[in-house]
Parts: sequence; structure tokens; C-alpha cells
Amino acid sequence: MTAVMSRPPGAVRIGLRRGLLELRLYFREREAVVFTFLMPVMLLSIFGAIFQGELGDTGVDYRQYFTAGMIASGMMSVTFVGLGVAIATERDDGTLKRLYGTPMPRSSYFIGKTLLALTLSLLETAVLFAIGATLYGVEPPADPGRWFTLGWVFVLGVAACSLLGIAMSSLPRTGRSAPAVLNLPFLALQFTSGVFVLFDSLPGWLQQVAAIFPLKWMCQGLRSALLPDTMLAMEPAGAWEHGRIALILGGWCAAGLVLCVLTFRWKGRQDG
Amino acid sequence: MSSAVRVSGLAKRYGEVRAVDGIDLEIERGEVFALLGPNGAGKSTTVEILEGHRRRDAGRVEVLGHDPGRATRQWRARLGIVAQTTREAPELTVREMVRHFAGYYPRPRDPDEVIEAVGLTDKTRTRLAGLSGGQRRRVDVALGIVGDPELLFLDEPTTGFDPEARRAFWELIRGLAHDGTTIVLTTHYMEEAEVLADRVAVIAGGRILAVDTPRELGGRATEVAEVSWLEPAEGRRTLRAASPTQVVAELAERFGGEVPGLTVARPTLEDVYLRMIGETQ
Repeated sequence: MTAVMSRPPGAVRIGLRRGLLELRLYFREREAVVFTFLMPVMLLSIFGAIFQGELGDTGVDYRQYFTAGMIASGMMSVTFVGLGVAIATERDDGTLKRLYGTPMPRSSYFIGKTLLALTLSLLETAVLFAIGATLYGVEPPADPGRWFTLGWVFVLGVAACSLLGIAMSSLPRTGRSAPAVLNLPFLALQFTSGVFVLFDSLPGWLQQVAAIFPLKWMCQGLRSALLPDTMLAMEPAGAWEHGRIALILGGWCAAGLVLCVLTFRWKGRQDG
Repeated sequence: MSSAVRVSGLAKRYGEVRAVDGIDLEIERGEVFALLGPNGAGKSTTVEILEGHRRRDAGRVEVLGHDPGRATRQWRARLGIVAQTTREAPELTVREMVRHFAGYYPRPRDPDEVIEAVGLTDKTRTRLAGLSGGQRRRVDVALGIVGDPELLFLDEPTTGFDPEARRAFWELIRGLAHDGTTIVLTTHYMEEAEVLADRVAVIAGGRILAVDTPRELGGRATEVAEVSWLEPAEGRRTLRAASPTQVVAELAERFGGEVPGLTVARPTLEDVYLRMIGETQ
């Protein structure tokens, strides 16, 4: 009995408990909810009210195109920006250092963050889709194949953005500067990846720059799941390029993971 | 039983600065040991090396029989760390926080009992953001002891406390010490060291200047005393005396009873400490 009692709780169980705690904390901290969760909702509503109209003769309305982009953007907001800012803050305020001093398995911390990122991304996607469906006539994926596309684009997109957010969290010097450091690339990518502005209408060089980063491919993947194939007339490649989407998002996952392993610190900069 | 902490030749440098410059230290199990020293003396660096938070450049270190540079979960489960300030998780309640941390340990103490021990029972359901600085510090202590540690590190635990809170806190620490917890304390308050510590070490410039009981540090106990009284028409007179009792007896005879304004003082821990630190500068 005592031998069983004295064994430390498992990494997965502690990780799940951390995930639940993180979720509770997240929804109690209003700033986080407003800036990472509600911002995409607000943008979708405002832009949807200002701009509309059919894109060429694709039968697709700008607002439907925008909904697909905004869902990708929402995923990136709660993972890349949300996780990045949260971890930078935790590093700065001593949370990470305290955890490091306990017998909590290091993996439990990341299991908790994964649970947080997945749950928030699912909720964000559901809320944005519900708005797109009720206000702008976006339809759910038309067949099992498109559901499958939605699934893997979601998983790869969330994983890549989460890992990059964790890696980027080491960049800000203090927790206070973290929102600026993480929002800058996010904002730039939103304008150049086919979220606010039709990707097809961007200058060629800008398209090529944006195509280095994951958001462009997440948007394209989601359009392929949520919009009809008539949209292909206004896709620069003229195809959905699923193989390339998977390859680039997978590549960012790998790069993000390597960056995390190399750069993750449990202590702040002043802490040496 | 072996020592709780055993350190020899410990060294750590940051660039050109020798933060810790050859420290030897032995702390017994069950002992309350205080580290005193000015800011930048090497206290925090030493403690962080013992806690497994920082790597050392040289020296042998054993904490609870293990090298903190190779920390394992099992080893960490036997330690409690109350570091300096944290502002984490403002929206969790005291109870949620303590219960959650209890879940990291193989044999935790009962969370509610721990909350009671730190005197926060009436704040159990209060969110951390709603606590005063002193109450927040008690939560830090609760998180440090919820794993039922054999060895507890306290880094300036009562900074920002009012006198009443500080006394209540000392009671708590004495209770833990009484139950056999080894405690390593760093503090700026000499009174705190005097009340709590079995032994104190004075650190300056990365070296240990002296290790002794608070009563005997720097030859305090045998030091010449100062007898001071009010001489009518002259004012206060002070005499340094190796045998103060005799001086007082002579005074009492001269005044025919009560000596006006009489005090007899030996140097305080603070006097001794400041003298030691002064000599190094």
C-alpha cells in the first residue's frame, strides 16, 4: 500500500489536471478572452458588415471567403498569440520557475498547454463557423472528404501555431512586451495570407513571401473544406494543393518543435 | 543520520564576477539555518544552486544525499521552495491553487490543513488577486509545504509583512521546525534570524565570514558590555565594562538605590553583523 501511495502521480494525469486548471484560469482572465478569443469574432462581424459581394463568378461571397480565413486566423490567435503571451508572462512572473522547483514532470506542463490550445481552437472554430453560417451562408463541409480535410488542416495548423507560439515566447524581454512582439507577425500575416484581403489580389512577390508562413496554407486548406470548387477559379495555383499544405504545415511543426526544444527556458532573463 | 546539506568549495561566476567564491557549509537535519548577507553577497545564488535551479562552476554539493545538479522528480518531491515574489494565477482561489500543487507530490499534506496552518482558512475561497501582500506570501509558503518536505527553503519570507503578520509567520515556521523539517532561510531581518535560527552564516563577497549560533556570532556572548546611566547635571554617561555587574553594583551603592536611566547592553546581532560586513568593504 505505502509503495503504491508513494509513487508520484503520472505525467499524463498531472498534465490533464493542468489543462483543466489552465482553461479555468483562461476564462477567468478577461483580457485573455477579449484579446485572443473575442477579437477574431469581432473582426468577422465588423468586416462582414462592411464588405460583401460575389467574388468573380465563383458563386462565393467575400464574407464566406473571409469566414474561412477568419477561422484560420482564430486558430492562430488562440494558439500562437495566446500561448506565446501566456508563457512569456508566466516566465516573467515566476510561474515557470516555481513549477520547475516542484516534482511536476516537465511534460505535464506541455500536455496542459496542448489541452488548452486544442480546446480553445475548437471553441473558436465553432463560434466563428456559427457566425459565418448564420450571417453569411457558409455551409458545413459538403462530404466526408471535406470533413477529413477540415480535420487534418485543423490539427496541423493548431500544432504548428502552438509550437511557434511557445518558441516565440522566449523572444520578449518581459511579459509586458509579449503582446506587441506576438501580435506584430500575426497582424502582418493576416493581411498577406488571404484573411482580410483576397489572396489572389495580392502582388506576386507578397504572395510568395506569405507562402513561406503557415497561415496562408491554413486559410487555403479551410477554403478547400468549406467553399465549393468553383472558388478554384480565384486561387492563384488553380488547385487546392493538399499535398503542399500538409508538407508546409508539417514542416513548420517540425521546425517549431526543434525551436521549442532549443530555446525553452524556465527562468526569466533577469534570473540568469 | 547524514546532513541535510553538505557543500564544499562551491563556486559560481557570472562573467568576471565571482558571485560564490569557495563556500563550505554543512546543515544538519532538523536544523533551522539562516543565511545573512547584503544584496549581491551570493546568498541567492548559493540557495538556487542548492535548490537545483542553477548550475555551479565548481565544488561538491549534496542536498538530502543527492547532487542538485542532477535533480530527479523523487528528489524534488522531498524539497519545498518558497522563492521571492510571484504574481501568478491571480484568478485562482487559495484552495484551488493549494489543491492543485498538492497533486504534484507523492505524499502531500491535506490542502485544507495546510491552508489552516498558514492562517488563511477564512480566505480559502478568495482569489489570489484579492489577497494582501502578506496573505499572498502565506500562499507561497502553503505551496512550499503542501508536499510535506524534509527540507524547506525560505527566501526572504517576511519582506513586506507588518509586525503582527511577521510574528504569526515565525510561529508557523517554528512549528514546522518542531516537527523536524530542516529549514534554510535567507533574510535581511536580524530579529528574524535571532528568533528562528539555530545557526546563522554571514556571507559577503561570495564567501562565508562566520557560522555560529545567533547568540554567539562574532563573540557576542563574551563581548564587553556597555553600561549607560544618567549622571545628574552631566547627562548620559556610558562605560564599556568587561564585568558589568560589578559596575552596576558600584553605581547602585553610589546612588543609594535606583540608578537613573540605567541600561546594560551587549552588541545586538545586527551590531555584530554590520561590523563583519563593514570589515569586508
